[in-house]
Amino acid sequence: MNPIDALFAELKKAGRKAFMPFITAGDPDLAATVETICALADAGADLVEIGFPYSDPIADGPVIQASYTRALEKGLKVQDIFLATAQARARLDNKGKALPFVAMVSASILHRFGQAAFYLQAKNSGFSGLIVPDLPAEESANIASALKIQGLHLVQLVTPNTPRERARQIVQASSGFVYCVSVSGITGERDMIPAQLISQLQWLREETRLPLCVGFGVSKPAHAALLRQHVDGVIVGSALVRLLAPDGQRTLIQSLQEIKLLSRGIRSALDLPS
Amino acid sequence: MAPPLQTLPDMSGRFGPYGGRFVPETLMAALHELTCEYEKARQDPAFQKEFQRYLHEYVGRPSLLYFASRLTQEAGGARIFLKREDMNHTGAHKINNCMGQALLARRMGKKRIIAETGAGQHGVATATACALFGLPCRVYMGEEDVRRQKLNVFKMRAMGAEVASVTSGSKTLRDAINEALRDWMATVGETHYILGSVVGPHPFPWMVREFQAVIGEESRQQCLEKTGKLPNAVVACVGGGSNSAGMFFPFINDPGVQLIGVEAGGRSHQPGEHAATLSLGQPGILHGTFSYVLQDADGQTAGVHSISAGLDYPGVGPEHGYWKDQGRVSYTSVNDDAALKAFTLCSRLEGILPALETAHALVEALRLASTMKPEETVLVCFSGRGDKDCHEVARLQGENIE
Repeated sequence: MNPIDALFAELKKAGRKAFMPFITAGDPDLAATVETICALADAGADLVEIGFPYSDPIADGPVIQASYTRALEKGLKVQDIFLATAQARARLDNKGKALPFVAMVSASILHRFGQAAFYLQAKNSGFSGLIVPDLPAEESANIASALKIQGLHLVQLVTPNTPRERARQIVQASSGFVYCVSVSGITGERDMIPAQLISQLQWLREETRLPLCVGFGVSKPAHAALLRQHVDGVIVGSALVRLLAPDGQRTLIQSLQEIKLLSRGIRSALDLPS
Repeated sequence: MAPPLQTLPDMSGRFGPYGGRFVPETLMAALHELTCEYEKARQDPAFQKEFQRYLHEYVGRPSLLYFASRLTQEAGGARIFLKREDMNHTGAHKINNCMGQALLARRMGKKRIIAETGAGQHGVATATACALFGLPCRVYMGEEDVRRQKLNVFKMRAMGAEVASVTSGSKTLRDAINEALRDWMATVGETHYILGSVVGPHPFPWMVREFQAVIGEESRQQCLEKTGKLPNAVVACVGGGSNSAGMFFPFINDPGVQLIGVEAGGRSHQPGEHAATLSLGQPGILHGTFSYVLQDADGQTAGVHSISAGLDYPGVGPEHGYWKDQGRVSYTSVNDDAALKAFTLCSRLEGILPALETAHALVEALRLASTMKPEETVLVCFSGRGDKDCHEVARLQGENIE
């Protein structure tokens, strides 16, 4: 069984919601990425999304873009990311923590690196699935079937302007979970959860049995508390990536403390009795 | 059997393996709407009539076909004809596409226009169309380009456009496109994005080529009238590839007409020193389309360089990729020094200052003509005028004209 499916089955049984942090690989460096993954596991994360820095990330807001640019300026290679995640996977295995990894990776990288090579290495370095933000359902059939052979999931995205008819096709093409984008636009932190999102989540439930996870703009425990009854998981990206960005003062240890603090806050908000 | 080239793209926006839509889901609804609306508009005689009227009365079309006798003499072979896109309003071919897309945006009821620009030619053409139709306009331009192209920034602002300086990533055209796409994702309901070349997700490569095909259609007719036959060779420069796609497409079904695209060879063939995407790149994905790209082994987009800001782009239109693979168009590159020499040569021999982009095409046209017979003809897409490049050329020649 794919670890993502096992995770959501277990959470469902326990009546809990998934906390799914996103971090950028290689920012500030890969050693920090490994430490951050382990810190997130300690702070109650259920699954970690690991962003593969890309030179032209059109779906990402300023915080994640800047983290990608910083990582690439240091000469980060895809190969090195796999080595680091394999290391993190080994450390988590020693602690007995499952914590699936999902790669957030551009179609450009997949194509040039070589799909077969990417999937095999992803599998071997501890990944259970991929999110390819610039690969709409129409273009995804070949990739989805190649991933299936490796036992990896391809998570598809639904956005606020996706019509229901189209959403039906997208959730059929998706595996693992469905990534529900909370707002039209790019990733980033926002202060409100739109009402329209709640109604979209309601009709998506009628279209799929896959877990529905919300991302883009989820940055505070309050957001998690608000969303918890409507979703199976929340994805937190920019708010965490921001804490890892060099500000000239914070040390990695301090960054990790702040990340744990925010993560525990979101974890508790998700676990509050409803 | 492969479908005939003139029938492409297919329904999914593919030219053979190239093209398609590699964009976030947020843009899919807008691209679908744009494709449907454009499909309707292109078949609507009223839309076409209005487009033609603006091309004639506002842009100044048809542009002239000019026999360049002194360049012909210089080459010492085939006769060289110049298709004078530099004579259009705003001084380049870019306005053809902007008029088409602005009319389409108005027809779709869009209230706001965004665009990207490198050197500023497409930004100026977009600002022009928006002033004409009273549409608010925001142009994304890399911080580096804003600094280098002050005159075009001034022109855009004078026509009421807002110029947004892009400070992310490479701070050039590539990131200006990224920012424009991000803006579009957040404002997709009321905004139309006037993309300036035959790049990006479907329907842009198709739609922009159709709006630019007026160049080749007129040229074909004018050649028949002036010389009684089709040209033996057609030469155009290729950055993203819009003037060349518009020039080549109407000849694509004429096997006797040789088609040559000229890319920016820059300083050398080393990565980062040129922008010869088709000549030196590989198939990959950039800005929502699958085509040739200059990138590293991980799929990260490479840096580019050209003396000509309009050719300085690490991708190229997907249709060009297919024309290359099919062998219908041959692609070559010309370096900075040769282009600079052609700028001076054309200015002195013909009294016409070419854009540095156009100068790349002139180098290849002169070389090719010299290998051909006097009864043969070479048609060059004279894509734009050189005024915008005078500061840069003066700087390279050690003169100060600030």
